[in-house]
Amino acid sequence: MTATDTMPEAADRRSWAEWLDGHSGRIMVLPAVIVLLCFAIFPLIISGYLALSRFALASGGFTLKFIGLLNFRKLLVGSQQYHLLGKFGTFGFVQSALLALIAAGVLFLLARYFWRGRPTIVGTVGRLLATAMAMGLAVLALATMAPGGVPGTVVNTLLYVFVGVSVQFALGLGLALLCGQPIRGRNFFRVLFFIPLMVTPVGIAYTFRMLADMQKGPFAPLVRAFGISEWSWATEAWSARLMVLVGDTWQWTPFMFIVLLAAIENQPRDQVEAARLDGANGFQIFRDITWPAIAPIAATVVLIRLIEAFKIIDLPNVLTGGGPGLATESMTLHSFISWRTQDLGGSAAIGYMLLFISTIVCVSFFNFVVRPARRFEA
Amino acid sequence: MSAEPRSLARRLFEPASIDSQAPVARIVTYALLFLWALVVVIPLYWVLITSFKGPGEVDNGPFYLPFVDFAPSLQAWDFMLVQNYTLRPYMNSVVVAVASTLLAVLIGSLAAYALVRIRFQVKLAAVAIFLILLTAIIVAVATFGVRWEIAIAMAAALFIIALFTLVGRSQLAVGNNDIEFWIISNRIMPPIVAVLPIYVMFQQMRLLDTQVALIATYTAINLPIVVWLTRDFFAGIPLDLEESAQIDGASKFRVFFTIALPLVRSGLVATFLLVLILAWNEYLLALFLSNVDAQTMPVLVSAQNTTRGPQWWNMSVLITVMIAPVIVISSILQKHIARGLLVGAVKG
Repeated sequence: MTATDTMPEAADRRSWAEWLDGHSGRIMVLPAVIVLLCFAIFPLIISGYLALSRFALASGGFTLKFIGLLNFRKLLVGSQQYHLLGKFGTFGFVQSALLALIAAGVLFLLARYFWRGRPTIVGTVGRLLATAMAMGLAVLALATMAPGGVPGTVVNTLLYVFVGVSVQFALGLGLALLCGQPIRGRNFFRVLFFIPLMVTPVGIAYTFRMLADMQKGPFAPLVRAFGISEWSWATEAWSARLMVLVGDTWQWTPFMFIVLLAAIENQPRDQVEAARLDGANGFQIFRDITWPAIAPIAATVVLIRLIEAFKIIDLPNVLTGGGPGLATESMTLHSFISWRTQDLGGSAAIGYMLLFISTIVCVSFFNFVVRPARRFEA
Repeated sequence: MSAEPRSLARRLFEPASIDSQAPVARIVTYALLFLWALVVVIPLYWVLITSFKGPGEVDNGPFYLPFVDFAPSLQAWDFMLVQNYTLRPYMNSVVVAVASTLLAVLIGSLAAYALVRIRFQVKLAAVAIFLILLTAIIVAVATFGVRWEIAIAMAAALFIIALFTLVGRSQLAVGNNDIEFWIISNRIMPPIVAVLPIYVMFQQMRLLDTQVALIATYTAINLPIVVWLTRDFFAGIPLDLEESAQIDGASKFRVFFTIALPLVRSGLVATFLLVLILAWNEYLLALFLSNVDAQTMPVLVSAQNTTRGPQWWNMSVLITVMIAPVIVISSILQKHIARGLLVGAVKG
């Protein structure tokens, strides 16, 4: 290019700049769309194709054979059923009662939607899907946790998601409320409590393995005093699951805490003081002022955590290796193990089922909890 | 102040003034906070002192205080940092985390800004045809062995023809909210679903086990979070500032870089830190996409579980050097994080 400042060149350059300005919106969004197409949509379609085919190593490469829904059949009713869904126990009175309770709750919410307002097609389909998913997961969880049953990776994942997130939310809210009191050193606690979030989950897993070592860990004298040093948490299903939950809670409570504390600090101060003057007690202030002020934020942090919790793999993989048996194996870990054993189709199929469950749960949570919480504020 | 003396019980259980707590409540508050502080500190403390132990100190029962009940040694530090050349994975982690975070924040905030300020109308038919053609390419290449160059060329031609014929007639269109929701919903996708095709993709491009592969992938997985958080920061800026600049003839890009971005500094810092932490600690994708050359710290940490059993002391060194810089940075910028996340969460 031997460009000089001749007239046509300048005009050319201006028109180029004009074109750029006229299309600036698209140009700004385009990089994001391209990145997501390459790393989300495109892989998703390929994975979908993989989930419907059988992968086999052949001389000098591999072959892919289209087999329809066979991978899913194998997982849901075939040889992998025990791994994914678990073994069903006998449905006793307690299980039936709990299931009836859940069903009643879900159906009540569904019925209320039809009583009130005008049901739309999208709204109805969404609610029916959410209801079906909730009922299906409830039946699965109750059946496999009943006597004689063994939970599979789906129920393990649900356990990490729902129990883990609830405990983290409760602890985070409690700590934020304590820290929101007029105390000294709030910033000290804030900085300190934030630290676990920054530790890599793999590191947390090893750290908790060290801590929970019955012979050499820091709590060994305590364990010896109770006379249970021969016992190991890693050999029993529920104690192993508990360890994974403890590690996860240690890491993610700070996230809830930090955001909720910021929300509490942001609540209307004058209202709180007026309520105090009128003699309201702590609980009343929380119920009538603090909670409405922080509800939308609380709903959003829970949503963010829900989304991330479904992907759990590092902790169970390092802490317990998914064992004992498959007691702590999450769906992502299950998929990873299938991949390692060259069952690529099965691996993709599990991934797709996880995607399906987490999408419906997260989108339902967004529509039925986060949105109403925000409207509540406005 | 009332004249009558307050009884002991009232003095203990009732606050002296409106801004303070009753003595009993204050004690309970501090006790609970210190309890949780212990929960936070004990694991970190144990990692730190284990890094100064050797096999002997770890195996012969718990020792708690360096210099008091065991003699600390720098053996593990020497082994990991000097002999074993941990510097390379460490630099990999630094480069990958910082580069991917910068890219994600840049691309994501550009998109978020445009989605907040400019109205978009994308024909639903165009999206549908695009996805159908993409699927068709994949099926054609994978099942029928069509060369991928030919498949893509064919699909591109078909897409352009469709744009000028079918798409113009359809009325249904997706707007800004739909595009935003789509971008954010990508975060729901579990990485395990996408990682295998991404692996094959980089294998074909001969980029496996390079920093480029990790940077690109991390940028993509963290992009939705950036869009989610930054869109609210931009939505909170008063419009007149930008409009006056635009009347003066500044382009949208200039307005974005010189006016909008500086205004949301605090939020950007929070977003940057959050994404940095996520990229710094990422494990699953690094496990697939890196092997030796591009190995990152989380993978290295998990690799310390050798056949001789976990090397706790070495592992503790690695965990310590991994956490330390992030703690320092976050402690400095900590106020921004809370405020930034708050804005994102209120309206997001």
